[in-house]
Amino acid sequence: MSSEITDDILLDIHRRMVRIRTFEERAGKMMEDGKIPGALHLYVGQEAVASGVMVHLSDQDYITSTHRGHGHLIAKGGEFTYMFAELYGKATGYCKGKGGSMHISNLDLGMLGANGIVGGGPPIAMGAAFSCKFRKTSNVSISFFGDGASNEGAFHEAANMAALYKLPCVFVCENNGYGEYTPQANHQAIVDVADRAPGYGMPGVVVDGMDPIAVHEAAGEAIARAREGGGPTLLECKTYRYYDHVGVRGMGLSYRTDEEVEQWRLKDPIVNFEARLAEQGVLTPEAAEAVHEAARKDVDAGIEFAEASPNPDPAAVTEDVYA
Amino acid sequence: MAEPQPKPRELAYVAAIAEGVRTVMQEQPDAFVAGEDVAEAGGVYGYYNGILKEFGPERVFDTPISEEGIVGLGVGAAATGCRPIIDVMFMDFMGECMDEIANQLAKMRYMFGGRATLPVTILSMAGAGASLAAQHSQSLEAWICHLPGLKVVMACTPYDAKGLIISAARDDNPVIVVLNKMSLAMMGPVPEEPYTVPIGEANVVRGGSNYTIISFGRMVHEALAAATQLEELGIDAEVIDLRSLQPLDSAAVVASVRKTHRAMVVHEAVRFGGFGGEIAAQIQEQAFDYLDAPVARVGAPFSPVPFSPVLEANYVPNADRIVAEAKQQLGL
Ligand SMILES: Cc1ncc(C[n+]2csc(CCOP(=O)(O)OP(=O)(O)O)c2C)c(N)n1
Ligand SMILES: [Mg+2]
Repeated sequence: MSSEITDDILLDIHRRMVRIRTFEERAGKMMEDGKIPGALHLYVGQEAVASGVMVHLSDQDYITSTHRGHGHLIAKGGEFTYMFAELYGKATGYCKGKGGSMHISNLDLGMLGANGIVGGGPPIAMGAAFSCKFRKTSNVSISFFGDGASNEGAFHEAANMAALYKLPCVFVCENNGYGEYTPQANHQAIVDVADRAPGYGMPGVVVDGMDPIAVHEAAGEAIARAREGGGPTLLECKTYRYYDHVGVRGMGLSYRTDEEVEQWRLKDPIVNFEARLAEQGVLTPEAAEAVHEAARKDVDAGIEFAEASPNPDPAAVTEDVYA
Repeated sequence: MAEPQPKPRELAYVAAIAEGVRTVMQEQPDAFVAGEDVAEAGGVYGYYNGILKEFGPERVFDTPISEEGIVGLGVGAAATGCRPIIDVMFMDFMGECMDEIANQLAKMRYMFGGRATLPVTILSMAGAGASLAAQHSQSLEAWICHLPGLKVVMACTPYDAKGLIISAARDDNPVIVVLNKMSLAMMGPVPEEPYTVPIGEANVVRGGSNYTIISFGRMVHEALAAATQLEELGIDAEVIDLRSLQPLDSAAVVASVRKTHRAMVVHEAVRFGGFGGEIAAQIQEQAFDYLDAPVARVGAPFSPVPFSPVLEANYVPNADRIVAEAKQQLGL
């Protein structure tokens, strides 16, 4: 169906992945420096999933995200200025400083929010998919959620309803092997979350979530089917988060081994993709470096914007509660 | 002259919680601990540290992220002979398991004509102040105090945390112990031996003659700080920590107000529809003729908890706001 992948798309995916990684690494630093308050759940390691899915979407397509939401917003077109401003809690942020990292969102981009509630996203994505169908658009709605979230009742209800109503919805499970500090084997008796798909009456697909092309292809099929009225898909991407559940420590964690982290890092979605693109003559190392440099510049500009931005007016605390 | 007493042992709030849980696990063979990341990780804030090691994986286990399932596990197990300790990590997540709490746990005994006993203890973290935003900072005690069949307690010191957990677990009713994430590092005296803090008894944490501040949870400390400031205005404030919201020690509140003639209720939760309204109502019902001023209420404004530190600072009640409210109430 959509296995046709042009050089432009490859470069687009690459750019999105690099932008996510660059943003996240710096956000982690700014948190360590005490510039970003609250909790930060970094997306580093999982870039191929957001990027491989999001290249199929327009601003009129919807996504719901998770507590680990920066990567989804970046891949959906989020601007670093407003994102950093939000993470800093500034008035100029995407949510005027009211949401922060865990609630970052932008409806103009079709991004229905990171979510502090595990399993909060799937029902909302299902509702947005209903809306796409109800309003007779050809748009789709994608729910990103974790392996841990797949155990919330809310996910099951959303999946069942999406299948029942044949909604243009794709449930993208980012299985990074852990829910917080609990390995998957201790939170569910199955290995592939996608095994559940037949039980809902939808196709289930498992792909290597470290491989952006595999994600791109599987997502393309699922999204095309959804657009054409074929109903939802459960797409599971096997991936890994390089850092701790929250914060910037990667190694020396009690619940996983450093060797495991190193093994996964060998599959790094960006490093390997760049090698592949170089081999194919699509992206020279110099051109790749230019992409990184552009991302770094954008991050610098974003931080500058955030730091120069005003804090919210304290009186704004009671604004935006009602329409 | 008496011998100088040895200084009592001090423990952090977080360690006092763990000690309370340990005590319960030691004295009740049918008790177990279930929740997300409570076993291997010792809880996201470490307040189950050491529990797995001491009691083993059959009695201390990590659950999937399935709050409705976790509380349901507690209900079903309790109805059939266990004494579950259930962790609902953040009080905000009660949204996920509210059916099990409100429609099952709270009501089963009544619906069954008194023939079921549900000794479930639920521990949950409330509280704003850490820039954790709208879904990780709430104080939702009003939700659960409205449910006949539940008991609800809130611990503001290490001593109370341990004592209330032990009381909760010994109680044959479902008890929700609301803890506060901003108090985890707070130090305070905690006896090593088991003891209880009675459920349903308020604690007068500061005596006073002409003003009463009724509070609970972390706001008790703000009330105490406010009481010190109020001295300069000639106000000698008594501060009452309710500790238990359901059952409520109305007698202690009323006795104080009859003595002081002026009262204020302080809580961290949203003021509108908050538990303070219940207390104010009880005061006017039982001490109307003693009141020299309307009962004042301090709580959070009517909005979700904001993320930005600047906004959050203007959201969470504090001593200054308590003093300002008192001045307004008394026309000072
Ligand atoms: C309803 C609810 N329960 C628990 C939590 C605490 N919590 C936050 S993230 C998380 C783990 C989520 O795991 P997963 O869905 O696999 O996503 P990942 O963190 O791996 O990206 C937990 C338990 C929460 N935020 N919301
Ligand atoms: Mg996970």
